[in-house]
Amino acid sequence: MPSSFLTRRTFLTTGLALSAMAALPRQLWALTETGARSLVGSVVGDINKVIASGKSESAMIRDFEKIFVRYADVNIMARYALGVDGRRASPGQLRAFTGAFQGYIANKYGRRFREFIGGTVEVQSARKIKAGYEIKSIAKLQGQAPFEVTFLVSDKSGKEKFFNMFIEGVNLLLTERTEIGAILDRNKGDIDKLIAELKRIS
Amino acid sequence: MTFLMRRLFGLTLAASVTVLAGCATQDSVSRASGEVFDPYEQTNRSIHNFNRGVDRYAFRPAAKGYVTVVPPDMVRSFNYFAENLSMPGQAVNALLQGNLKESGIALSRFVVNTIFGIGGLGDPASDFNIPRVDTNFGETLHVWGVGEGAYVELPFFGPSTARDGAGIVVDFFTNPIGYATNNPADNITAYAEVVRRLGDRGTYSDTIDSILYESADSYAQARLIYLQNRRFELGGDQSEYEGVYGDPYSDPYEDLYAE
Repeated sequence: MPSSFLTRRTFLTTGLALSAMAALPRQLWALTETGARSLVGSVVGDINKVIASGKSESAMIRDFEKIFVRYADVNIMARYALGVDGRRASPGQLRAFTGAFQGYIANKYGRRFREFIGGTVEVQSARKIKAGYEIKSIAKLQGQAPFEVTFLVSDKSGKEKFFNMFIEGVNLLLTERTEIGAILDRNKGDIDKLIAELKRIS
Repeated sequence: MTFLMRRLFGLTLAASVTVLAGCATQDSVSRASGEVFDPYEQTNRSIHNFNRGVDRYAFRPAAKGYVTVVPPDMVRSFNYFAENLSMPGQAVNALLQGNLKESGIALSRFVVNTIFGIGGLGDPASDFNIPRVDTNFGETLHVWGVGEGAYVELPFFGPSTARDGAGIVVDFFTNPIGYATNNPADNITAYAEVVRRLGDRGTYSDTIDSILYESADSYAQARLIYLQNRRFELGGDQSEYEGVYGDPYSDPYEDLYAE
């Protein structure tokens, strides 16, 4: 029957697409420009899917948090953002901080998803750096002049994951380390209060 | 602005920048590591609070109103207009930097956009694939080997450095448009620049709001973002990722993946 044939074909195509996506991280081992393009492409694709879902803003932010955890090396990013103060934190505090940090990031950037509607990210080049790879790209958002975004990817966590990002030269991790440091200062260096405040604002 | 006011304003700015530029210098080790050099932090912080007040009660509402009332295409047109007026000055700067090609590009942009872009309101130069130019006397000083100097926050202008602050003053007084004999409007460049800044404040409203009003220390955030972005514009060394601040995996405080 034609209809079942069509269904079957759709199913096959979807299956192929899915297995291609599953194969993505491995393709990246030899991170070429093509690999870089598909990694950036799949993040952008995932983000656009969430935006297109038409869910409530808070549900979207929860989805953005999942995307962040899937593609980014949250552990190392959180540790870096905490900086020197991380050395006096207990393992439990570090875990709690990492959780609060990922919620805070998802909320801070996820809330601004509207700016991303209809946006594209074009990969320009990829090159090897000490910790992994640097992917240079040009982001085009509606109503804004195109700007340069550089992603840094590493497999030191066991998987190819983003660990930092530069927007027109502005280092995301360094910016967040300054911010986390300022919140910590405001709480007189109390890490538990910092965690509580991050949870409150996310 | 009347001529007198413009002179007074320029003199005040020039005086403060000269004082700033003349004083503190950063040692080469901390400069190389990309550290922030901010010996006037107390003064800067009070100026920052002043600027934040100006933004909150005047500039931000005006910018929001402007981009709400004026259609985006017109906002863009006014941006082009202001940019176009700065092109002769940019051509001079490119020349001073020894960059003949860029100087020529700036001039051709000016000619093409003034003639085919209705006095600069449009940007046909980009349609003809003439690349954009964005330079200033701050960059010229950089090319001449003048160091960044201390971080300063200028009243109304916001984040800057001693070098770029001096650049703003020089650009203001040397803009060839200001010396045109049949200038259609006095200080048109200054007005166009204010309108351009309004447009940018409105267009990038969320980004600027998040820095100024949502961060725990808006002064430190603005300082860090300005300095990084400025160093990037001036073609800063991208290999600094390899350093302590760019590579969290090699951060001395991190041992997550060590051994």
